[in-house]
Amino acid sequence: MDYETPEDLLYTEDHEWLRREADAADEVTIGITDFAQEQVGDVVYLELPADGAALTAGEPFGEIESAKTVAELFAPVSGELVASNAELEERPELVNESPYGDGWIVRVRVSDAAELDKLMDAEAYRAQLPED
Amino acid sequence: MLTQLTLRERHLDQGARFAPFAGWEMPLQYEGIVAEHRAVRERVGVFDVSHLARAWVEGPEAADLLRSATTFDVTSLREGKAHYSLYCNEAGGIEDDVFIYHLSAERWLVIHNAANADADFERLRAVAGDAASERTAETVMLAVQGPDAVGLLASVLGEGFAALEPRDCAELNWQGALLLVARTGYTGEDGGECIVPADRAESLWDALIGGGATPAGLGARDSLRLEAALPLHGNDIDATTNPYEAGLGFAVSLDDGAPFTGREALVAAKAQPRSRRLAHLAARSRGVPRTGYEVRKPGGEDAIAMLTSGGHSPSLKIGIGMAYLPADLARTGTMLEVDVRGRALPVEVVRRPFYRKPKG
Repeated sequence: MDYETPEDLLYTEDHEWLRREADAADEVTIGITDFAQEQVGDVVYLELPADGAALTAGEPFGEIESAKTVAELFAPVSGELVASNAELEERPELVNESPYGDGWIVRVRVSDAAELDKLMDAEAYRAQLPED
Repeated sequence: MLTQLTLRERHLDQGARFAPFAGWEMPLQYEGIVAEHRAVRERVGVFDVSHLARAWVEGPEAADLLRSATTFDVTSLREGKAHYSLYCNEAGGIEDDVFIYHLSAERWLVIHNAANADADFERLRAVAGDAASERTAETVMLAVQGPDAVGLLASVLGEGFAALEPRDCAELNWQGALLLVARTGYTGEDGGECIVPADRAESLWDALIGGGATPAGLGARDSLRLEAALPLHGNDIDATTNPYEAGLGFAVSLDDGAPFTGREALVAAKAQPRSRRLAHLAARSRGVPRTGYEVRKPGGEDAIAMLTSGGHSPSLKIGIGMAYLPADLARTGTMLEVDVRGRALPVEVVRRPFYRKPKG
């Protein structure tokens, strides 16, 4: 199966993506990858912290509930949650339909930009996706 | 070693993702659980349920032999009718739930759950001896469910199916093969189930898919039956639960006086007030109450029950679940909480089913 992996994003081993935002140099938008949404299945609910919450890289910050399972969301970087995608409250299926677009999950103000350097680019992420 | 479905290649063609279930390799989903769920609620879906064990009881004594095997008085079932029944143990606990089809004067079919197939067949053998035979491998069983299911089955199978009323069953000739068909199912929708000789199964599958049926897997089957508040053996009912507390009294006949395993215990259980009841819980906030999660009183520390089934209802867009609650907490309107991994999810006791198909 071919999964979308846009070139302009950063990726984590937990199958999350980050986009550096042009309008605010220290902010990133975070979502789950096409592969992740396919694995987790129909998303029905997301449990996310309130705006202003502090995220710590590598620590869980939320949960994603699908029809068949629940998965934790791990913070790819440390920082402050600036916004979560309010549209997902009514339409959680956007995570499946548009994982890199309307299905974005949170926006975070990064506290240590050096953490971004540890993330994968699209090529590296593609290389560690399962073959199947 | 998992048993593979006769139609395995057909399922792969449809993009099936398989999972092991009760010794079978079964389609868990194709396009996605929610899409398949919706297809069944809004149009028509087809499930390969060949894992269900199919046992026949035949001969002049069949009705009387079968009567003593399960709780329901099948001798009251006229030819061409099907009914739900239970195997119970001496304590009145439910060993399995089954569907019994009265095909013709001396021919009956009993459908067993896959996980209990061997034990069930032994129970059947114990009362019916050689009159009972299990021939699951010779056939494929397909469930066609949804508002368009009866129309599709009538167009594929013809007059023989079109004439059936709900809960009717019949044997009919389809392109030279003997099919067993019934207006039954496990989704809360109208529809039918077909048992077709294995060598003709691909033709029937192709005709159903070609006629617009969406292939649906075990994932959707579970969310559909949960919305319809149909119990799953091993989850909501088991050897430690009796039919009355499970709300399955309609499957137990005591008035005919006929003996069956568990009768004495069930006579006693029926006469007593229920100490607990299988209650139906609807989430009143966002969250998914899953099987095994604890149920508590609002603000309470101690678990009063565990969810025997739970999940997200695609039709209602809320979390739903079932649990055995003390009788005083099982009343409609009672507010409780489910512990969703440390977070309290408010739930309300509601009437069953969670979802009822629109009339008309």
